[in-house]
Amino acid sequence: MASNGKSSERQKIAQQRLRIIAGHLRKQEELDHTDIAAQECKAESNSNAATPNSMPRKRQEIMKWNGWGYSDSRFLFNKKGQAEFTGKRYRLSGLILPSLKDWFEGTFGANLQHKSPATPAINASAVHPPNLSESFVEELKATGIPFSHDTEDRVFRAHGHCLHEIFALREGRFGRCPDMVVWPNCHNDVVKIVELACKHNVCLMPYGGGTSVSSALECPPEEKRSIVSLDTSQMNRILWIDEKNLTAHVEAGIIGQDLERLLNESGYCTGHEPDSMEFSSLGGWVATRASGMKKNIYGNIEDLVVHIKMVTPRGVIEKSCQGPRVSTGPDVHHFILGSEGTLGVVTEVTMKIRPVPEYQKYGSVVFPNFQAGVACLREVAKQRCAPASIRLMDNEQFQFGHALKPQESSIFTSFVEGLKKFYITKFKGFDPHQLCVATLLFEGDREKVLQHEKQVYDIAAKFGGLAAGEDNGQRGYMLTFVIAYLRDLGMEYYVIGESFETSVPWDRVLDLCRNVKERIIRECKDKGVQFAPLSTCRVTQTYDAGACVYFYFAFNYRGLSDPLSVYLQVEHAAREEILANGGSLSHHHGVGKLRKEWMRETISDVGVGMLKSVKEYVDPDNIFGNRNLL
Amino acid sequence: MASKSLYSQRDPVLKKRDDFEDVLEERRNSSDLRYAFKCYTPVLYKSLNPCKPSMLKNIVLQSDPLQYVINQVCAESGEPVELVQEEAAAILEEMAHRLQLSTVRFFAFALSKAFKSLFRSVCVNEEGIQRLQQAIHEHPVVLLPSHRSYMDFLMMSYILYTYDLTLPVIAAGMDFMGMKFVGEMLRMSGAFFIRRSFGGDKLYWAVFSEYVKTMLRNGYAPVEFFLEGTRSRTSKSLTPKTGLLNIVMEPFFKGEVFDVSLVPVSISYERVLEEALYARELLGVPKPKESTSGLLKARKVLSEDYGSMHVYFGQPVSVRSLAQGRINRSQYNLVPRHIPKKPANGIQSFVNDAAYQLVRLQEENMVLKPWVLIATFLMQNLEGMELSQLVEQTVWLRDLARSFGAFLDWPEHSSASKVVSSSLSLHRNLVSVSGGQVRLQAGQPTGASAESPEAALFEQAVSALSCASYRNQILHVFLRPALLAVAMQAAASSRKEEVYNCFSFLRNMFSNEFILCPGEAVQDFDEACYLLMKCGAVQMLQQGVVSVETGQATLSFLCAILEPFLQGYQVVCRYLYEEATDNLTERQFIPAVRSFAVKLHLTGSLRCYEALSSDLQKNALAALLRLNAVKKVKMPDQVVLKVNKLAVNSLEDTLGGKIPTQKPVLARL
Repeated sequence: MASNGKSSERQKIAQQRLRIIAGHLRKQEELDHTDIAAQECKAESNSNAATPNSMPRKRQEIMKWNGWGYSDSRFLFNKKGQAEFTGKRYRLSGLILPSLKDWFEGTFGANLQHKSPATPAINASAVHPPNLSESFVEELKATGIPFSHDTEDRVFRAHGHCLHEIFALREGRFGRCPDMVVWPNCHNDVVKIVELACKHNVCLMPYGGGTSVSSALECPPEEKRSIVSLDTSQMNRILWIDEKNLTAHVEAGIIGQDLERLLNESGYCTGHEPDSMEFSSLGGWVATRASGMKKNIYGNIEDLVVHIKMVTPRGVIEKSCQGPRVSTGPDVHHFILGSEGTLGVVTEVTMKIRPVPEYQKYGSVVFPNFQAGVACLREVAKQRCAPASIRLMDNEQFQFGHALKPQESSIFTSFVEGLKKFYITKFKGFDPHQLCVATLLFEGDREKVLQHEKQVYDIAAKFGGLAAGEDNGQRGYMLTFVIAYLRDLGMEYYVIGESFETSVPWDRVLDLCRNVKERIIRECKDKGVQFAPLSTCRVTQTYDAGACVYFYFAFNYRGLSDPLSVYLQVEHAAREEILANGGSLSHHHGVGKLRKEWMRETISDVGVGMLKSVKEYVDPDNIFGNRNLL
Repeated sequence: MASKSLYSQRDPVLKKRDDFEDVLEERRNSSDLRYAFKCYTPVLYKSLNPCKPSMLKNIVLQSDPLQYVINQVCAESGEPVELVQEEAAAILEEMAHRLQLSTVRFFAFALSKAFKSLFRSVCVNEEGIQRLQQAIHEHPVVLLPSHRSYMDFLMMSYILYTYDLTLPVIAAGMDFMGMKFVGEMLRMSGAFFIRRSFGGDKLYWAVFSEYVKTMLRNGYAPVEFFLEGTRSRTSKSLTPKTGLLNIVMEPFFKGEVFDVSLVPVSISYERVLEEALYARELLGVPKPKESTSGLLKARKVLSEDYGSMHVYFGQPVSVRSLAQGRINRSQYNLVPRHIPKKPANGIQSFVNDAAYQLVRLQEENMVLKPWVLIATFLMQNLEGMELSQLVEQTVWLRDLARSFGAFLDWPEHSSASKVVSSSLSLHRNLVSVSGGQVRLQAGQPTGASAESPEAALFEQAVSALSCASYRNQILHVFLRPALLAVAMQAAASSRKEEVYNCFSFLRNMFSNEFILCPGEAVQDFDEACYLLMKCGAVQMLQQGVVSVETGQATLSFLCAILEPFLQGYQVVCRYLYEEATDNLTERQFIPAVRSFAVKLHLTGSLRCYEALSSDLQKNALAALLRLNAVKKVKMPDQVVLKVNKLAVNSLEDTLGGKIPTQKPVLARL
C-alpha cells in the first residue's frame, strides 16, 4: 500500500537522519544500540505521552555544576601527559589526542605541572539562605506545581556560561542566587505562576537551557524581592505536527537535541542547530534571537517561528492566525524575539519543519591566506549558493583544530596526511602560518548536493582554494561542540578564555578581524599577561550584506593578581574595537547584562525609549526583573 | 589621556634624551663606494604586501575611492569615463615616485662625499633608530621631520639607508620637478611630487590621497612629509598644515589599519646652508626658482664649514592612543568607507591638535648650540657688546635654558670663553670681533645703490635677520615664561586673573607667530608659572603672581626676548591705522608695511629688524584677521583688506603697554 510504502520510506530517511546527527554530535556505536525507530506522525497524540526527557529536574545529577555539559564528559591529561576525552557520548569520547598537549603548552606557555584545580563541591554555607515569600510559597503549594529551594538547585540556576560566572563557581564564590526554583509542566502552570508572582510581587527569571553567555541569568544583586527561577525544562513536548503546512507546535522548554530527535522520529527536522543545541531550549532561542549553523537552508529563529505564545504579567500574547506573513503593523513577534526574559515566559511555539534531508556531506577548502578565504566566502554569498554551513577558520584556529586530531589508526593514514601536507605547503607553496581552512556542510538531494559541491569548489578554486577533504570539514564542526569542554580543561591549568561574536558588512570583515585580534593581544600585553594570548577568529555565517564573525581568546593567567578583572577589561576592549570597526553588538548571543552599556549607542535614545515603553506597559511592576537589555 | 601623556613630564629638566652617534665618522674611515654597494636588507612591516611601484599605481587607479570620484567627476562634467580615467592616470604618473635601489646607492655615494665636506659631524640618536625600526615592523609609519633646509629630506633618506631601514617615500613640492634630471633622480630615490595648490580639484585630491593611503595601508614604506609644509625661513616652527596628516590618519579612523605610528624627527643645523638666502627672501627678494644650474652655482656653498648637525628621531606617537577617548570611530559605520567625506569637526580639531603637539615634540628635541645663546644676546644688543660680558651672559643663559629643559649641546670639557670664541669664528660671516667688542657685521652693499641709506639698512637687516634665525631656535624654550613676564609687566595689578587675562591676550595675539596649541592657555599659563617659580623669578602668593627681587634679571631678559615681536606687531597695527587706505589689497600689504617700517627705521624711531620681515608681517595680518580687526573682502580680481581702525589702534596701544587690559576693547570687536 502507498501509505505503507511511504511510511517505510520515511523510516529509512529518519534512520539516515539519525546517523547524520551522529556525524557531528554523537558517538557512532552508541547510536547503533539505541532502538529509536521512526514512527508514523500522530498529531496531538504525543501531548500526554511521557516523552523521554534528557533534562531531569535535578540537572546536577547528569551535568557539571561548575563547568560545561555532562559530568561524564571532560578533557583531561592522563598520566602519560596525553590528552583524552572521557565518557561515551561524543565521537571524541575515549580517544587519545596526542598533539593537544604540545599545542596547549606551546600556545599558552602553560605547564602540566602548574594546576589550578576547582573547588570540588558546593559549600552550602557560602550560599546565602533563600529569601522566600511565604504567601507566594503557600499559594504555589496549593497549585501542585513542583518547586524547590534546595541549595544545589538554586546555585545551578544562578549563572550562565560566561567565563566570569564559571570562574567564580570554580573558586567556590556564589553571588546572589534565585531563592527558589519552580518547574511548570505546561502553559497553564506558567499562567498560574505569573499570576501568583504578580499578586505577591516576587521576581521571576525564566530559565531554559542555562547556556547564556551574556550574564542574562545573573540575579541582579540589587533585587530585594524573592527571586523565583522558572525552569521550563519540563515543558518539553511536541504538541502536534502539521504535515500539510509543515509546522510543529512545541512546548518552549524542549532542548535542541530532544526536539530534533523527536521530529526525526517522524521524518522531520527544524534544521535549527545552534552550537549549544545539546542544551539550549526553544524558548531560549526565541528570547535571544538565536541563529543556527545551517541557517542558509533553514533560516534563523526569526525565520523559523510561525506563532509564539508568551505569558506576561498583562496576560497571554499570541496572534490569531498562522498566516505565513502578515501586514498588521509592526510584528509583535519582534517584541518577543530577543526580549531576553524581560517581558514574560515563552510557553509554546509553532515552528516550521522540513523533511529530513536525504544526503549530507562535509567538505573543506584550504586557502593560502585569510584574505583569499574571505573573498571566496563573499563570492559564495554574492552568488547565493552558500551550502547549509560554510565557515572560515583563520590560521590559529586551523592549528587549534589540528591539535584535536585523534591518534592515527594506521601508518597509512598518517602517511597520506604527510603527503597532503607536503602537497599543500611545498608543492602549492602555501605558508603553513598563513593558510586557513573553510569547512563546509552540504545537505539535500544527493544529486543536488554533488552539483552544489562542485559549484562551491569551483568558486573556491578561483580564490586559490584547494579541496582538503571531508575529514577536515567534519573536525571543524566537532570543534564547536567540544570547545566549551576544552575551556574547562584550560581552567585546570591557569588558562582562561571566552568566545564572542559579531556581525559586520562584507567590506569590513578583514579589517575587523585583524583589528580585534590585534587589540586583544595588545590589551593582554598592557595588562601584564606574560604570554601572548590565543586570539583567533572565524567567519561562521554569510549573509547577502555581511557575515557573522566569531572570536576565541584565551590566555595563561599565571602571575596575575586579578585575572578575572584583566579578562573582563580585555573583553570590554575587544567589544569596543568591534563597535569601532562597524561590527554589531551581537549577532546571536544577545545583550543580557554583559553588553547592556552599549545598548543606547546601538539603537539610539528613541530606540531605547520604544523598548522601555513596551516594558512599562507589559510589566509595570518589573516582575520579570532579570534586568537584561535595558 | 593620551594627549597629556605626551607632556607628562612636569619638570622639563628631567626629560630623558638619547645619546648621539656621528654617522660620518665611519664614512671618514672606510670606503664610500663599498658603503654605496653594501648589502641593504631593511626590516619590513610585518603585514607587508610586497609590491613594485608600478603595481602600486594600478592598485591606486583601480581603488574604490578613486573609481568613485572618477564617476562623480564624469557625472558632473559629462566627460566620458575613459577620459577622466586617463586624466587620473596622468596625474598619478606626474606624482608617483619610482624608488630604485641603484639611484639610492648613487645618492649614498655622492651624499657621503658632500656631507663630509659640509659638516663636521652628523649626529643621530641610535636609540631613536631602534625605536623606529621596531615601529616600522609593527605598524605603518609616518616620518615627520622639521624643515629648515633642502638638506632635510636628503639627510633623512641617507640616514635611513645607513641604518638599514626601509627608505621612506617623501611628499615633495612640485617645484623640484622643474629641475631637470635632479627631479627624476629624486623621484627614483623615493620622492613623489604634489602640486602646491589644488584646492578645488577633486580628482587631483582623490588620486593624491589614495596614493598616500595605499602606500600606508600596504605598509609599502614609511611616508615622509613636512608638517610645516615648507622650509621655515626664520628657524621658528611654522603653524602646521593638517591636510596630509589628516590623510595618513584616516586609514586608522576607518579601521583599515590597526594603528599608525607618527615619528617626529628634529633636525637641527649649527649653520643653516640657506641662512643668508632666507634673510633676503624675508626682506622681499623672491626665492630663486629651483633649477639645476642654480644648484650647481650653489657649489661654492659646498666649500664652507657648516659645523655639526643633529638628527633626533623622537618617540613614535601612536594615532590610536592619541585618538583614545577623543574620536568615536563608529561615526564611519553608516557610509561606505570609499565615499570621500569632509572630515567632521571633531576629527578636524583632533588632527589640528595632534599637528600642534607633534610640532612641539619636534621643537623639544631640537639640539641647541652655544651659538644660539650668543645670537640671543647679540640680538638684544644690536650696537655690540664686550666679549667678556658676552661670555658671562652666555653662561648665565646656558644655565637658565637648561633649567627650562632646553636640549643644549654644550661642550663639557672646554672653557666657556673657548666655546664662545669657536662659535663666533664659525659664524664669522655674521659677527665681527675687534678690540674685545663683538657686534653684528653687515655685508657691503654692492652696485649703484651702494650709497643709499636704504641699501645700507637692507644689508644690516640681512645679517640681523640671519642672526635672529639662530635666536629663534631657542624661542620655544622661553616662550611661555616670556609671555608671562610681559603679562606681569603689562597687567594693572598682580592679581592672578589679571595677569592671566594679559597672558592669554598676548598668547592669542602671537598664536600665528609661535607654536601655541589651541585651547591650552591654562596649561601654558601653569607651565610658565611653574618654570618662573622654579628659577626663583616669581612667587605665587594668595594675592597673585609677584616678581622676586633676585629674579629681575631673568624677567627683563624674558621681556627683551619678546620685545622685537611686540614692536613688530605694533608697527603693523600702526601702519594699518595711519596709512592703510580703503582699497588696500592683500597683495600690496607686505610691500606697504615694509616700506612703512623702512621709513620708521630711517627716521630712527624703530630699532628692531623683525618688523621688516615678511614672516612677521604675514603672521601679524593672520592674527588681526583672526581677531576680526581686519576683514578680507573678495573682489572680482583681488582681495581687499578692510581695516577696523579703532580696533587696530587699540591693539597697538595694548601691545605697547599703554592700556593695561585688552578686555573691553576686544569685547567690542
